[in-house]
Amino acid sequence: MKLNKTLTVLGSALGALALLAGPALAQDAPKLDTGDTAWMLTSTALVLMMTIPGLALFYGGMVRKKNVLATVMQSFAITCLVTIIWYVVGYSMAFTDGGSTQAWLGGFAKIFHNNVGVTTTNALAGTIPEYVFSMFQMTFAIITPALIAGAFAERMKFSAMMIFMGLWSLIVYSPIAHWVWGGGFLGSWGVLDFAGGTVVHINAGVAGLVCALVLGKRKGFGTANMAPHNLVLSVIGASLLWVGWFGFNAGSAVASNALAGAAMMNTQVATAAAALAWMFAEWIVVKKPSVLGIISGAVAGLVAVTPASGFVNPTGALVIGLVAGALCYLAAAHMKKMFGYDDSLDAFGVHGVGGIIGALLTGVFADPAINPLGATHSIVTQFYGIIFTIAWTAVASFVILMVVKVLVGLRPSEQEEEEGLDITQHGESVNE
Amino acid sequence: MKLVIAIIKPSRLEEVRQALNSLDVHGMTVTEVKGYGRQKGHSEIYRGTEYAVHFLPKLKIEIAVEDSQSDAIVSAIRESAQTGRIGDGKIFVLDLLAVTRIRTGETGAAAL
Repeated sequence: MKLNKTLTVLGSALGALALLAGPALAQDAPKLDTGDTAWMLTSTALVLMMTIPGLALFYGGMVRKKNVLATVMQSFAITCLVTIIWYVVGYSMAFTDGGSTQAWLGGFAKIFHNNVGVTTTNALAGTIPEYVFSMFQMTFAIITPALIAGAFAERMKFSAMMIFMGLWSLIVYSPIAHWVWGGGFLGSWGVLDFAGGTVVHINAGVAGLVCALVLGKRKGFGTANMAPHNLVLSVIGASLLWVGWFGFNAGSAVASNALAGAAMMNTQVATAAAALAWMFAEWIVVKKPSVLGIISGAVAGLVAVTPASGFVNPTGALVIGLVAGALCYLAAAHMKKMFGYDDSLDAFGVHGVGGIIGALLTGVFADPAINPLGATHSIVTQFYGIIFTIAWTAVASFVILMVVKVLVGLRPSEQEEEEGLDITQHGESVNE
Repeated sequence: MKLVIAIIKPSRLEEVRQALNSLDVHGMTVTEVKGYGRQKGHSEIYRGTEYAVHFLPKLKIEIAVEDSQSDAIVSAIRESAQTGRIGDGKIFVLDLLAVTRIRTGETGAAAL
């Protein structure tokens, strides 16, 4: 977020600001801006659209027909679950001053959005109402766990998924969002993450990899036909993700201004470049430019440009897109085979790998002419951000999975998995 | 010649194909079908309204073979399609009167 740097200055004032409710201290704070507010309301709706129906359809089209309802259900149920968690405690843990724990975790002063009202703002976004800021951040908190679901598609019990996602949102997402954006140590170190390369994509991708390894492969992996049942759904989903991503990236300017415009241009250029890079890479290797390939490349480009979108110029975005498209293709098509893990819908191959590429290259291509906050960019600082994120999400995700395994078990029975999750988990099916 | 018709669980197709492949059976026709035998259907509930689904999805495999192969093929299908749970399916063997390969006009065993 563009205001990361100013937070160290404003951090101490934050608690008091919340208690005294804005206007009393407003002579120094930026004034509410109707243009900014309008754009952030719009961006919030766009980012929610990325998860439902965007991601739900993108993933839903890629599974076998017996699992399509269970897959779209995961996105929808996570949307509802994380909404409540964020309202009750997640926002407070991520974006409230934590006092003595501020470097690691926010405070609990805004549980149930206590001390948040129609007159308050968050010091991180002084020109929009705090309700709008919290709603915008909520949509990020929603999509991040929903992305993980691609790694364990077609083989996790719904009950296990719900418990895992609830705990993960609290234990992994809120703290990491705080580290980078909420005034925690990674933001203070100067880690650049405009819209969520580390917080959202590396975080979700690595958690996905841990899930894929802990749950194990789908029954019949490697022999049974696990081809996508309806790629038209996936194309619609990927397209909704692309459009929604303008809210994600241009919205992360938290203002209706030229920086948002730059982020929008960067997003478009990187996405197109990555889609073409994946398509051509696959065309060269397997002789056919595939539909799944071009949409996967587009998502890889969206992921990789996410941390960079408000720091680089469009030529930097072009390079980031090309690199991400080609490398994510290699990760999804070849690295996965080499190591033999079943990351079913490539949550790690696209979001983990694409996120790491984008985070590192942000340190290379950040252009102070686009955003002065990027002037001190360094690939080493970016690397620290990546390492801390990977370490926490990997360890915590593993521990949460172990807890869930003890509570309800992670996988349905082999027979239920064979019959499909639609009928065994939800008692419904997609009719012909 | 015999026509072997097997009704199996959809999830067992790959195992059956591999078992038949190892018996040098390299052609078959597979159809998605619905039906029930001893395994009854299940119910699905939509907004409180319960629908009984009597017919469960199965696969029908049809293979035309020489008389001498018939027994080996039936037992290969039985072993590879069996899960031991109700609903594993059935195998039927019928006498096959004539076969013609459309491309060449060959008939009888040469057309199998």
